[in-house]
Amino acid sequence: MAKGIMYIDGQRVPFDGEPNVLSVIRKAGIEMPTFCYYSDLSVYGACRMCVVEDERGKIDTSCSMQPRDGLKIRTNTARLLKHRRMILELMLASHNCNCAICEKSGSCHLQELALQFGVRRVRFADNREVGAFDDSSPAVVRDPSKCILCGDCVRVCEESIGMGIIDFAKRGYNMQVMPAFGRKLSETNCISCGQCSAVCPTGAITVYNQIGPAWRAIHDPSKRVVVQIAPAVRVAVGEAFGLGQGANVLYQLVSALKCMGVDEVYDTIFGADLTTIEESNEFLQRVKNGGPFPMFTSCCPAWVKYLENENPKYLRNISTCKSPMEMFGALVKQKYKEKDAEDGRTTFHIALMPCTAKKMEAARPQFKDENGNPDVDLVLTTQEVIDMIKESGIQLGEMEYESPDLPFGLGSGSAMIYGTTGGVAEAVARHCLPDKSKNTLRELEFSPLRGEDSIREATLQVGDLEVRIAVVHGLINAQKLLKEIEEGRAMYHLIEVMTCVGGCVGGAGQPYGRKAIKDQRREGLYQADRSAPFKRAEYNPGATSLLESMDEHTKHHLLHVSYLDN
Amino acid sequence: MSNGISMERVDQIIDSYGSKRHHLIAIMQDIQAEYKYLSPEVLERIAEKLHIGVAKVYSVATFYENFSLEAKGKYIIKVCDGTACHVRKSQPIYNAIREYLNLEGKQKTSANGLFTLETVACLGACGLAPVVTINDQVHSKMTPESMIDLLKQLEKEDAANE
Repeated sequence: MAKGIMYIDGQRVPFDGEPNVLSVIRKAGIEMPTFCYYSDLSVYGACRMCVVEDERGKIDTSCSMQPRDGLKIRTNTARLLKHRRMILELMLASHNCNCAICEKSGSCHLQELALQFGVRRVRFADNREVGAFDDSSPAVVRDPSKCILCGDCVRVCEESIGMGIIDFAKRGYNMQVMPAFGRKLSETNCISCGQCSAVCPTGAITVYNQIGPAWRAIHDPSKRVVVQIAPAVRVAVGEAFGLGQGANVLYQLVSALKCMGVDEVYDTIFGADLTTIEESNEFLQRVKNGGPFPMFTSCCPAWVKYLENENPKYLRNISTCKSPMEMFGALVKQKYKEKDAEDGRTTFHIALMPCTAKKMEAARPQFKDENGNPDVDLVLTTQEVIDMIKESGIQLGEMEYESPDLPFGLGSGSAMIYGTTGGVAEAVARHCLPDKSKNTLRELEFSPLRGEDSIREATLQVGDLEVRIAVVHGLINAQKLLKEIEEGRAMYHLIEVMTCVGGCVGGAGQPYGRKAIKDQRREGLYQADRSAPFKRAEYNPGATSLLESMDEHTKHHLLHVSYLDN
Repeated sequence: MSNGISMERVDQIIDSYGSKRHHLIAIMQDIQAEYKYLSPEVLERIAEKLHIGVAKVYSVATFYENFSLEAKGKYIIKVCDGTACHVRKSQPIYNAIREYLNLEGKQKTSANGLFTLETVACLGACGLAPVVTINDQVHSKMTPESMIDLLKQLEKEDAANE
């Protein structure tokens, strides 16, 4: 790794292993504008906003420039500012500038930079042929009239998720980003992970907005609105209200939801405890029966969809457990059946999720009752909840603390960490390992189940078996692992897969954030685990007594699912 | 089989390049040389065999003007519109063909599927301007009238062969 001293705008700045000049500039405290640069994607150099000028007046992009000892660059010369303004003007010229009514208004990066650089007029006419608006996906909406061709969505889909659903088509002036043959997203193998919308700097790809139906249900007196809150949501909502990055604001969120008119607020961690217990039992059963291995976790709906679409032979390896959200949905609908009949209201169940694929999961036929009513009626992403709280004028920081309602408001610490990569595997490990002392928790805390590497593996002794566990995040890494398994180069008993990098804290439904913010959200979840009254799923009194009261048939019906029979 | 394209033959061509992704362009050229165009099924098969996204294959296919994604007629007419042919009035020839074949808007192939009309930047035969090629056979010093006569003759031959 290169080491040395650079001069940025006359300041001496040491560098040590930074991959490019842009990172060194940011380290020096200068917020270089970019559209197409993401530290975990390949360098593309398309937007040209990060240009710098060297001593001889040569201008180049800092994202694609290697740091070099003695390099002298300036970041804000008259020429550079003029170039940046021109780039912005040209982008705005081929952009649908209906900003006030745009989904992304207020969080649009193009809008932000146009403001920052004082672009007040556009001298060029927009004569492009624009692709069709596409709202066919349950997760995201594409509006090609707002695309600035930065290629972020193309690269995240190919490099991080490994799907390659969208790409550039045609060339030059006619270039557009689209799925093959200009198809709709619903006609492709898209798995609804939504990462394209998470990296899109403009309103060209946005999350499918369901705030309207949510308000309608809340304001409908004939509906009992019951909400569940996923772990990763509570550590991201606060960011938008200045409550700190990664701060756990669950209790204020519960209060805000009640203020807005929600009837009951529960916690998804109750469902996660059920998942841990059921999934562990299934795993131990498989250990007894000798397979089939590896067993894959089933919490991530985008991962399940990927196997269905592209690798169906592994569907039998997926745990039969429903995801925590769907277990919870089935329980809620079951619980309120009688009450609904009594008071003549219908229960409308909303799940607050960090995820766009959950919108797709909620609409799956497997999770509908015999009348075609879904167990989870609506999924709202963290960002949508933030928007609703803001619309209500609620200052989240001013809210009283209120705990979620019983009986589904309690959960273990192991359920809290479902929201980060490695969490599900750790929860199962805590449950399966016979030693229930604190030592086990400490050991697991420092095992490879935690960490940032994209593929991590750990070996645990369960009975006579040395259980080999792998934890993967970023779907492309799961694809690599499957290939290794196929070629006989790897063998695992249990594999946890999360489609998004970092797990659910990095989900596409979360507010926009660079990696550092996602790390703080993860830390927030570990903090919540540490302060939880109990750390293991089997110590959740509500969950265990509920499971004891169920016969096998009920359990199977409410908590398990097969993706094979469709 | 789809639109006269044999998928076995497509597989053969892909395999002849060892199913390597960096041969993508060569593979598409070979398939197009055989069938004159690349159908959606062909692009999907290529993507599947090379383990790349079909959007990426579509991206490359639409980037190069030379690849056609639409079926072409039996006779491919290329009207040269290089500088020499242009000043020697290639445009009226082009317009006459469009009118004769009833081509509208972006339509390139006649309704009966017999002719496809394209332009080409320069064939390097400027001394013979204006030049038109039909299935790579060169016709020199054309006029709108001689062009239409040629098309009529080809139609007649085709009908006789049926």
